[in-house]
Amino acid sequence: MASLRDIKSRITSTKKTSQITKAMEMVSASKWNKGVMNAKAFVPYMEKIQEVTASIAAGSQDANHPMLVSRPVKKTGYLVITSDRGLAGAYNTNVLRQVYQTIQNRHQSNDEFSIIAIGRVGRDFFAKRGINVVLEIIGVADQPSFVEIQDIASKSVGMFSDGTFDKLYIYYSHYVSAVSQEVTEKQVLPLTEISTSSSKLTSYEFEPNAEEILEVLLPQYAESLIYGSLLDSKASEHAARMNAMRNATDNAKDLINALSLSYNRARQAAITQEITEIVGGAAALE
Amino acid sequence: MKTIKVSVVTPDGPVYESDVEMVSTKAKTGELGILPGHIPMVAPLQIGAVRLKLEDGKSDMVAVSGGFLEVRPDKVTILAQTAEQSDEIDLDRALQARERAEKRLQEKQQESIDFRRAELALQRAINRINVANKQL
Repeated sequence: MASLRDIKSRITSTKKTSQITKAMEMVSASKWNKGVMNAKAFVPYMEKIQEVTASIAAGSQDANHPMLVSRPVKKTGYLVITSDRGLAGAYNTNVLRQVYQTIQNRHQSNDEFSIIAIGRVGRDFFAKRGINVVLEIIGVADQPSFVEIQDIASKSVGMFSDGTFDKLYIYYSHYVSAVSQEVTEKQVLPLTEISTSSSKLTSYEFEPNAEEILEVLLPQYAESLIYGSLLDSKASEHAARMNAMRNATDNAKDLINALSLSYNRARQAAITQEITEIVGGAAALE
Repeated sequence: MKTIKVSVVTPDGPVYESDVEMVSTKAKTGELGILPGHIPMVAPLQIGAVRLKLEDGKSDMVAVSGGFLEVRPDKVTILAQTAEQSDEIDLDRALQARERAEKRLQEKQQESIDFRRAELALQRAINRINVANKQL
């Protein structure tokens, strides 16, 4: 049996760990709140841009902007959103596992695809496996502003336009609720299906013409898809981290209870033994 | 006088919402003024100011960096990647950005992507400064 002092020091260290995880849980909880609010603030923009894009794309059937047309796929781009730091439960692992499996199933060689990584964990994962990461961004803020990722978003869209790849998928963790996040695959480019929630499609007058508007609108639309996914996955990240930390705190509590029990037992055993020794000693004197 | 609803929306959330008598802005094809009752229309915008004439004769200004304008019978929406109202602009930051962009323009080769980027940054900075000072 472990000595009294060993148990005592284990209890102290577990307590300290649980204080840390508790603090991290509360930090994540507040970030999660903000993350969900950011994702909500983005909705009106996304809906509007979707509506307009759908109206224009439906209104001008003959518009064959390169971003709307699927072409034979020689190379596929995967944009993978992960976090920069760990301690978020299975948040990163889930996303990375699914991307990796998909890639292994779909492609024979590393030349057939390229990776764009948002987040350090994802970048390191692919770098370790010798997969080429063409673009990366790390250190995205917890409440990212559009400007921060505009560069990588417009570069990704640009790589589709200049033919570096012929299809762009995005992988991220979709926020369902505080306790559940789902890994989602979304095809960003080409924009073959633009769905819209509102049914009222307006026919517009174009100034100067539909082609030139699509020229401005479609890249902006694709970039907002990427930004939307990032906000979504940030909300998931904080929710996942909050849950992971809550579980850690709960586990620490259980552990402390079990340890205190065996500490008390050991102490009682020591006292009992002392008494027995004294009684034995006294009996021997008589 | 009749008014029309206007909202300026960015990825970071709505920036401006109000009922106005007239919207005037710079589209890619030139200066554009929208009054209530305009036919539905879509037009890409330049980096510039959006002037919104209010009912009491005053006017609000919003700095937008590109994006586009959508007109519907009942509503005008401006979708831009960034937009600020005149009183929300950080003037010091804009002045610094202008300086930085000017410096970069002197260093860089023409035709390079960085040169083009610096040019756009300069346009945005000047636009913000103008809107913040309400000059146009």
